[in-house]
Amino acid sequence: MTTESFAPSRGRESIDRVVIRFAGDSGDGMQLTGDRFTEVSAAFGNDLATMPDYPAEIRAPAGTVAGVSAFQVHISDHDISTPGDSPNVLVAMNPAALKASIRDLFPGATVIVNIDAFEQRNLDKAGYAQNPLEDGSLDAFTVYEVPMTSMTLEAAKETGAKPRDAERSKNFFALGVLSWMYARPIEPVIEWIEKRFADKQIVRDANLAAFKAGFNFGETAELFQHAFEIAPAVLPKGKYRNITGNLALAYGLLAASQQSGLDLFLGSYPITPASDILHELSKHKSFGVRTMQAEDEIAGIGAALGASFAGQLGVTTTSGPGIDLKSETIGLAVSLELPLIIVDIQRGGPSTGLPTKTEQADLLHAMFGRHGEAPVPIVAAKSPGHCFDAALEAARIALKYRTPVFLLSDGYLANGAEPWRIPEVSELPDLRVEFTTEPNHDGDFWPYLRDPETLARPWAIPGTPGLMHRIGGIEKEDGTGNISYDPDNHEHMVRLRAAKVAGIAKDIPLIEVDSVEGSRVLVLSWGGTWGVTHAGVYRARARNRRVDWAHLMHLNPFPANIGEVLAGYERVMVPELNMGQLAKLIRMDFDVNVVRLNKIKGVHFRAAEIEACILELTEND
Amino acid sequence: MTETNGHAEPVKLARKDFQSDQEVRWCPGCGDYSVLAAVQFLLPELNVRPENTVFISGIGCSSRFPYYMETYGIHSIHGRAPAIATGIAVSRPDLDVWVVTGDGDGLSIGGNHLIHALRRNVNLTILLFNNQIYGLTKGQYSPTSELGKVTKSTPFGSIDHPFNPVSLAIGSEASFVARTHDMDRKHMMEVFRRAYEHKGGSFVEIYQNCNVFNDGAFEAVTARDARADMVIDLKHGEPIRFGKDGDKGVVATELGHLEIVDVASVGDDRLLVHDESRPDPTLAFALSRLADSPTTPTPMGVFRAVDRPVYGDAMNAQIASAQERQGKGELAALISSGATWEV
Repeated sequence: MTTESFAPSRGRESIDRVVIRFAGDSGDGMQLTGDRFTEVSAAFGNDLATMPDYPAEIRAPAGTVAGVSAFQVHISDHDISTPGDSPNVLVAMNPAALKASIRDLFPGATVIVNIDAFEQRNLDKAGYAQNPLEDGSLDAFTVYEVPMTSMTLEAAKETGAKPRDAERSKNFFALGVLSWMYARPIEPVIEWIEKRFADKQIVRDANLAAFKAGFNFGETAELFQHAFEIAPAVLPKGKYRNITGNLALAYGLLAASQQSGLDLFLGSYPITPASDILHELSKHKSFGVRTMQAEDEIAGIGAALGASFAGQLGVTTTSGPGIDLKSETIGLAVSLELPLIIVDIQRGGPSTGLPTKTEQADLLHAMFGRHGEAPVPIVAAKSPGHCFDAALEAARIALKYRTPVFLLSDGYLANGAEPWRIPEVSELPDLRVEFTTEPNHDGDFWPYLRDPETLARPWAIPGTPGLMHRIGGIEKEDGTGNISYDPDNHEHMVRLRAAKVAGIAKDIPLIEVDSVEGSRVLVLSWGGTWGVTHAGVYRARARNRRVDWAHLMHLNPFPANIGEVLAGYERVMVPELNMGQLAKLIRMDFDVNVVRLNKIKGVHFRAAEIEACILELTEND
Repeated sequence: MTETNGHAEPVKLARKDFQSDQEVRWCPGCGDYSVLAAVQFLLPELNVRPENTVFISGIGCSSRFPYYMETYGIHSIHGRAPAIATGIAVSRPDLDVWVVTGDGDGLSIGGNHLIHALRRNVNLTILLFNNQIYGLTKGQYSPTSELGKVTKSTPFGSIDHPFNPVSLAIGSEASFVARTHDMDRKHMMEVFRRAYEHKGGSFVEIYQNCNVFNDGAFEAVTARDARADMVIDLKHGEPIRFGKDGDKGVVATELGHLEIVDVASVGDDRLLVHDESRPDPTLAFALSRLADSPTTPTPMGVFRAVDRPVYGDAMNAQIASAQERQGKGELAALISSGATWEV
C-alpha cells in the first residue's frame, strides 16, 4: 500500500506518491500550470516526473477532444522514473478534457472540473450526448465542480482586464486550488508571475488575482486532498463500489437502523469534516430517517438523546469542537443509560485548529472528556469502507448495553475513498432490541434493574402503559432509579457503570496479531492509520525485518487479550497522528516499553515514516 | 391538540393518577406547588393517558417537576429541555410533550434552545416558571430580575437589563404565547388547557413566587385584592378593559403604541379589541410591552394563538411522502447504487 501525504511545513518534506493531470483546451495554459506546480514541488524536495501531452494537431478545433492539451506530473518521495500511469487527480477545464482523460483514471480518483465550461455547446463539441456530471457516469470518482471561469472573472474585476483577457487567467485559478489541496507554498508562484509579466501589468494582476482566488477558494470551500489509495493486494471476491468514509458511515447508520428495527434520528449541526453525513442521511427519508439540523451542537445531541428516550436510534455527528459542546449531554446519556451514537470526525485542533486537515487527537477527549466518572465505549474506523462496519458496531454496543458510544473517524477517512466490497444484507449483524413492556419488580417497574449479564438497564419507552418512570442526571438509587444522595449507593452506581462498560470486553473480538517468527517489536495502530501502518510494516518486512503488527478498533474497553499480547514484546511502537494518546492509555494500564511515533502536521503518515521507525527499532533483530 | 392523546379508556382518571410516589420537596410556601396542582388537576380533564404524557425539564427548582408527575419524564441538564423534548416530539407525534423550565434555565443558559423550539413550532407545551431569581443556587439575580436588584451576586444592584419573556417568545415567532400566575389556579388551568390544545409550540410564562429568595415579587399584581386593578385579563374578541368596575381600558395610539386610559375619558368605542389570532404579531407584542415589570397593570391570558405548520408534522410528512413515492427504503439497493464492478 502506498499513501500520499504532502506535508505543509518547511524543509524537505515530501510525499509518497501522487499523480496529477492538468487537462484543458490547448489555449488554456495547461502546460504552464503544470510547469509551475512541478517547479514548486521540485523546490519542495520531491522527486518527480512529468509528461506533457500536447494535441497532435497544432490547430485542433477548440473545445474538441483532439484539441485537449494535458500535463501530467508524478510526484514522489522515492526514486521514480515514470510519470505514473493513472492520475490520482484530474483537473479538467472543459468537457473535452474530461472525456480525453477519464478512461485513464481508476475508481476513487479525484476529478476537479471547471463547471462553467460544461455548457451544451462544449458538451456537443466533446461528443457527450449527456452531461457526464449529471448522468451518474462519474459516480466512481470524487468530483469537485468548481466555477473556475466565473470566479476568475470576478477576482480579476479590479485589475482592469477585459473579461475576455481575464478569462485566460483561469489556469492560475486551477493552480491556486491545487496549491491549496497539496499545501504547496504560494510565494514562488507569486514571484514567478510578477517577474514573468512584469511589463504587462494588467495580465500580471489578473493572474495574481486568479491564483490567490483559487487558493482561497480551496481554503474556504474546505477542499480536502483525496489521498486514499489502497494496496494492490488481492481483494476478496464480490461486488465493489467506490466509497468515502462519510458515505460509508452514513450507510452504516442506515444499516444499523434497518437491522435494529429502530427509526434513525440524527441531530446535528454543520461542521467540517462531518457535514456530509448529515447531507447524506437527509436524502434518505424513505428509510424513515429523521434528520434535524439543530440550532447548535448541544441541541443536536440533546434532540438525539430525546429521540433515544422515545425509542429511536439516536445519533449525533460532529468534529472535535462539537464534542466540546456535547460533553455535558454525553455525561447525561451515561447517567440515563440510554443508547446514543456520537460520531466524531476528528480534525486538527485545538480550537478551530485545522478544519480540513486530519488528526487523531480526540481519543483522550472521547475517553475522559467529561466531569465525574463517566465511561463511554469507543469504536474507531480504520479505512473509508470500514466506517460502515464501525457504525454497525457502535450501534450494536449502544443498543445492547444502553450506553452512549463514541465512533471515531477522521478527516482523512471521511473524505478519502476506496473500493469497498458491498456486503450482502444477510451478512449484517442482527441488532434487534426488545423494549420492556411489563413490570419487572413485584408489579412495579424499576428502570435501573439491570440485566445480570450485560448490566444494561431496561428500555421502556413512553407510550407503554404501566411503566411510567422519571429519569434524570441526579444520582439514582440502584434498581428503583429514584433520586439518591446515599454515599454507598453512589459508589455502587459509579462502579456499576464502570463495570458495564468494562464488561463489553467479553463481547468484542480478541486482538489479532499479524505476526512473523521471532519478532520482538509490535506495532500497535488504531483508527485511520491502519492502511499506512500496514504498508510500513510490510515494507520493513520486505527488508527482512521481523516485526509484528496489531490494530485496535475498540479503544474502550480494549479487547480482553491486550495485556497478554503486549506482554509478549520487548517494545511496542505506537504510531499516532497526535502527541501519543493511545500510548498514554497503554502505559496507564500495562507495563510495557512503548515507543511513540507521532506526527501532528494535519496530514497522514507516509509509509516510509512508519518503515523508518520500524527499521530503527529492529536494527539488531 | 383538540383530541385526547389516544388509548382513551372509559375509566375517568383523577388528580391522584398523575401524582408520583415521590415526596414533593420544594420549600414550604413555594409557588411551584400550586402550578403542580393545577397541572395535575387539569390532565384528567384533558382525558390524556399518563403513559402518553412526557415531562422534560432542565435544572432549577421548577425542573424537579417531572419527578412528581406519574408520567414519563426526564430531569435533564441546565437549559437543554427544549432540545431534548424536540427529539421526542418530532419522533413520537403520538405523545404529549411538556417542557418545564424557569427564568434562568429557559432564558439564560437555555435561551437558544427555547427560541429555536418556538421558531420551529415544535409541538411542545412549555411552562416557564418566572420567579425573577435563581432559587436552587440560593439567590442570584436572573435574566428577568429588575434593574437595580440587590442579590448575592449583585450587592450593588443589578446592572443587567431584564428580558420580558412574553416579548421574547413573540419575537421568536412563537405561535402561542400566554401568561398566568401562581395565585389563580382557575386561570392557570384555563391557560394551560389552551396551551395544551394548541398545535405547535406553546409558551406560557407563569409568574411564580419564590417565597425564600424573592418573596412578593409579583404581589402588586397577583395579590387577591390587587388583581382587579392590576391584572388586565385578555379575552379574545373583547375590548380590553379592567379595573373594579371595568373603568380602565387599553387604547392604541399612533404608531401602534398602547396606553392605559380611563374608559370614561375616551369612550367604549376607542378600546382596543383583543385579537389573539392576528397573523401579524405587532399587537401581541405591543400588549407584552404594556407592563415593564409586575408593578403596573399587567396583561394575563393568551396574547397570541395562531396556526402555522408544526415542525414534527412537516418532518414526518416528508418521510411519508418519500415512502409513498419511492416505497420503503431498500438497504441492499442503496448501498450498491452508483458504479459497481465485480472482483
